[in-house]
Amino acid sequence: MKRRQFIQKSTAAAVLAGVGGLSLQSFGSKTKKITILHTNDVHSHIDPFGPEDGRNANKGGVARRATLVESIRQENPNTLLLDAGDIFQGTPYFNYYGGELEFKLMSMLKYDVATIGNHDFDNGIDGLYAQIPHADFEFVSANYDFSNTVMDTHVKPYKIIIKDGIKIGVFGLGIKLEGLVDKNMYKETVYHDPIEKAQDMSRLLKEEKKCDLVICLSHIGYDYKNKPNKVSDIKLARATKDIDLIIGGHTHTFLSKPTIETNSIGKNVLVNQVGCYGLYLGKIDFYFNSGKQIKSEGTSVMV
Amino acid sequence: MTIKHTLKLCFLLLIFSCASPKISKTEGERLNIDEKLEPNEAVEAFIKPYREHVNKDMNNIISYAPETYTKSDGDYNTAIGNFMADAVYMEGNPIFNKRTGNNIDFVLLNHGGIRSIISKGDITTKTAFEIMPFENSVVIVELKGEQVNEMMQYLAKAKRAHPVSNQLQLTLDKDGNIVSATIKGEPIDASKTYFVATNDYLFNGGDGMVFFSKNESLHVLNYKIRDVLLDNFKKKDTINPKQDKRFIQLND
Repeated sequence: MKRRQFIQKSTAAAVLAGVGGLSLQSFGSKTKKITILHTNDVHSHIDPFGPEDGRNANKGGVARRATLVESIRQENPNTLLLDAGDIFQGTPYFNYYGGELEFKLMSMLKYDVATIGNHDFDNGIDGLYAQIPHADFEFVSANYDFSNTVMDTHVKPYKIIIKDGIKIGVFGLGIKLEGLVDKNMYKETVYHDPIEKAQDMSRLLKEEKKCDLVICLSHIGYDYKNKPNKVSDIKLARATKDIDLIIGGHTHTFLSKPTIETNSIGKNVLVNQVGCYGLYLGKIDFYFNSGKQIKSEGTSVMV
Repeated sequence: MTIKHTLKLCFLLLIFSCASPKISKTEGERLNIDEKLEPNEAVEAFIKPYREHVNKDMNNIISYAPETYTKSDGDYNTAIGNFMADAVYMEGNPIFNKRTGNNIDFVLLNHGGIRSIISKGDITTKTAFEIMPFENSVVIVELKGEQVNEMMQYLAKAKRAHPVSNQLQLTLDKDGNIVSATIKGEPIDASKTYFVATNDYLFNGGDGMVFFSKNESLHVLNYKIRDVLLDNFKKKDTINPKQDKRFIQLND
């Protein structure tokens, strides 16, 4: 509490200077910037592709991603690094070490939050659980119920992070496991409807928890043109409200820029996905302006 | 500071705490991860021992491919798929026979389970890991003829080159109806049971292969598909996979 008092006092001093007539303007128009960095479907691609690769020659690589993330964090410390699942499976690193190296490296890169993809069950739910001690970041999933599994308490529906006074709520969504993942692998994990859970989560995060920014980390897939009834990020964006950004995965969709969708109350939602294998890093900057309200209201008080 | 000032200040702070920040602007971009970025030294050093250990095994040359083989090389059967299904039969049947006295009748895998190509040139341990990164293993399912017929209907409808071994012959007419289906040269007998080798993913209903659920018995071989491939590669200096007529559609 001491620290909070101190901050309030310093704010008071700043405002007082403003009241003095010198710099109310500059205080009022203060803009805050939150940077969201994201990956999805990295599938154990730790090393860059070799020069002989037919499709992705010399692309990717965790050590290069680390350099990029670090330089962006230096530019803006108010940065979150997120992953939308399918961290596991795809190179011998996974077969040899079961995901240990993937989690350790993500911890070195200071990932904040990840969600769980279908391939993260590839060594069974016990195989995922065994690697949890190597992850210094948190897992979120609002529609997988892990209560009757070893993962109980290790995955939260959402996580709230405050950066520069901006309250950011991140919740996770996973794909239907039946028919996609062997039951012996996911065991008693229960799947719930992603849209219903997203509606619950966005209401909770926006209305009750008063988050300024609501992000959905999704592994349900971008869009299924040939399966009109299959739930996807695009459907999710249109059917919900109070979500600002959906970071997707599963369909390995390469978007060169975020898709802007319109939600159920006519507001914009961003949907983004950066393909797979760590070939790209998604970056979205949110600028927050709390100035207008303060300035106008504040001025009226002064009059 | 007068009392009046302080009151004004309190009011201002109250408003400040109530006014929630609003998004005024968003900007999105996609950043390339490529050779223009210097690798982070600490991360690189951390990976090194893991990489060296894995590569020592992965770079072992175990066979040679005279051509490049991919799963899109044919409509109903492909050289790579035939190679994989026949390898499961060749490597799996002696073990199954030794344990049970029975023989595998044929093998069914799934097209989506071929995860990479075999490139022309040296085949290394890594090749097997690329084709089959998953840990799935061979199971032998005893099915009644009725369920085998269901499987044939599934294959006819799926219109995909799901790999089958050469003991099975399935021919479709130009409309996709089954013209003939034989196992080891004999028509499928509804009153008989057959031993079908597949992987545990498909046995558990993967790719909608529900016919495996009505089975008479299950034998788990504890033999990973990847290890089947590794063992099979090691037996041959040069592989020679071929597309053939085991699963075809007639044009007229």
